[in-house]
Amino acid sequence: MTQVLTANRLGDGQVVFLTADGNWSTAIGDSLVAADDAFAEELLALGQRAERECEVIGPYLIEVRQEAGTIEAVAIREAIRANGPTVAYGPA
Amino acid sequence: MYRYDEFDHRLVNERVAQFRRQVARRLDGELTEDQFKPLRLMNGLYLQLHAYMLRVNVPYGVLSTRQLRKLAMIARRYDRDYGHFTTRQNIQYNWVSLEDTPDILAALAEVEMTAMQSSGNCVRNITADQYAGRAADELEDPRVWCELIRQYSLLNPEFAYLPRKFKIAVTGSPNDRAAVAVHDIGLRMHHDDNGRAGFEVLVGGGQGRTPVIGRTIRDWIEPEHILSYIEAILRVYNLYGRRDNIYKARIKILVNALGIDKFRELVETEWAALRGGELTIPEEEIERIERYFAPPAWETLFDQGEAMRAQAAAEPEFGAWLEANTAAHKAPGYMIVNLSLKATGHEPGDLDADRMDRVADLADRFSLGELRVSHRQNLVFADVRQQDALELWRALRELGLATPNIGKLTDMIACPGLDYCALANARSIPVAQDISRHFTAVDKLHAIGDLTINISGCMNACGHHHVGNIGILGVDKQGQEFFQLTLGGASDQHAALGDRLGRALPQAEVPAAIERIVDCYLDLRAADETFLDTYRRVGIKPFKAAVYDDTAEVRRVA
Repeated sequence: MTQVLTANRLGDGQVVFLTADGNWSTAIGDSLVAADDAFAEELLALGQRAERECEVIGPYLIEVRQEAGTIEAVAIREAIRANGPTVAYGPA
Repeated sequence: MYRYDEFDHRLVNERVAQFRRQVARRLDGELTEDQFKPLRLMNGLYLQLHAYMLRVNVPYGVLSTRQLRKLAMIARRYDRDYGHFTTRQNIQYNWVSLEDTPDILAALAEVEMTAMQSSGNCVRNITADQYAGRAADELEDPRVWCELIRQYSLLNPEFAYLPRKFKIAVTGSPNDRAAVAVHDIGLRMHHDDNGRAGFEVLVGGGQGRTPVIGRTIRDWIEPEHILSYIEAILRVYNLYGRRDNIYKARIKILVNALGIDKFRELVETEWAALRGGELTIPEEEIERIERYFAPPAWETLFDQGEAMRAQAAAEPEFGAWLEANTAAHKAPGYMIVNLSLKATGHEPGDLDADRMDRVADLADRFSLGELRVSHRQNLVFADVRQQDALELWRALRELGLATPNIGKLTDMIACPGLDYCALANARSIPVAQDISRHFTAVDKLHAIGDLTINISGCMNACGHHHVGNIGILGVDKQGQEFFQLTLGGASDQHAALGDRLGRALPQAEVPAAIERIVDCYLDLRAADETFLDTYRRVGIKPFKAAVYDDTAEVRRVA
């Protein structure tokens, strides 16, 4: 199962993804992808450390699909969480 | 409306300062998320699917224009230029940051607003008829009692950790617009033979995964005893309500488990000890609160019905709006005006910051500087002079807030659903948008008449689907969104839970299914029957056939 690590940034609550350089990005496409469970577990441990360090909250792994250089969440919920509401909002 | 006294101001400001320190400690790492979460929830701050969400109380749905302008400022400065009005007559901001929240709460405190107890296992915002104090059919103004209950329940230490959240609604009209029968406590005001007011108390109503219509625990209680009686109910619930299973923790489960008679016995025993004690509301206190809600100095006006009918004849769009979006006021020459937040394709209940400001300007000009939020996620101007109707309609039309659909099929309640909510299984807003784009013909909407559609994105039922005339529940089937329809629900004085129609449908099929249901009703209805009347007379069978039985469809079309 191909996975990436996601969480919410503590200060502003934004959805973020762990990147290869150990930072957090709001774009799922920037994610560091774990191709196997063992590597995914390592990502999760990094996320838990970032949680202890008050960078993010609630880190967890999600399944993704990689196609033509893009990374997309498999589950609808995670896709909406990654890409934002599917409906327009705010001023017209 | 009620205005804070020095104690209210101090209490709210102290709470803001306290939360500011708690946020700082969280950001510094002195508090873990597990320690902090209950503290932020007590201040209305959730973590939703995309970001933090702040739920701000609008006590019993009453807003001054000063408050609305502050809400607009908050939307603009701290959020993404909009807010979402909810079924508890509150407003939610979907994109606030934790760092900004203390400043937002301080801004709210300046206009006597808070987010306290908008979340957590406590008494939530007390809701009321959005026409309170103005409706022609009203017996008593429920806001007086809502305010007394609000003050009584705010930061009441005995009820800070109830088994689960607790919702109270009050109606002072025999036509229940506040859905009191689906509340933990619902209060209906009546008059006795001498014209004296009293309460009928309903208990154990609710929606969620176990929907229950509340039952009358007491058919009459004098107003001065209402707080002690509520306290007796809360005590019994606090003591015996389940805390081991979140799904069985609401008072409705306790009332069902004990039976209403046993539950009543426990409450009456508790009340016998409380009755006449310190919770008896002194007459001066009732009068003091009543003064805040005293009717404004209405002008002496004559009914303009005839003039408005002439204007409507000249401008049919105005006529359609007049018919659907206005209600009878108790003062001659005045009317109640609903602002529809359900324009075609719009997200139910959302309003952007600029229009909040424009609405505030209009409320100052046309409705004595006040407005209301309805539990059906619309806004209300409660004191409009009939002679201003046409001008107000033109102004509202320009803002896109005059869609003539209040109480009609496209006036849908919808929860935020999977587009925003961490608990949802399916999206609600796109379904509402699809339906509203499917039914755009005003003539048809008006021919269909009063019909409520309520949409929830999961079984927690925030979109009130159980009590929609047509209910729509989003379900997850192997990772796909499907929608389960129910028929026959109602939240008024004849409250009922909807009956399940049949197998769940994919989103694309929902509008056509609604159309088949509606056409079936139009075929079957007698004279003046509403959808609900017809449904109650003929039952679910013909509707089931209309939606699922293709041969029936072929026969009907032929």
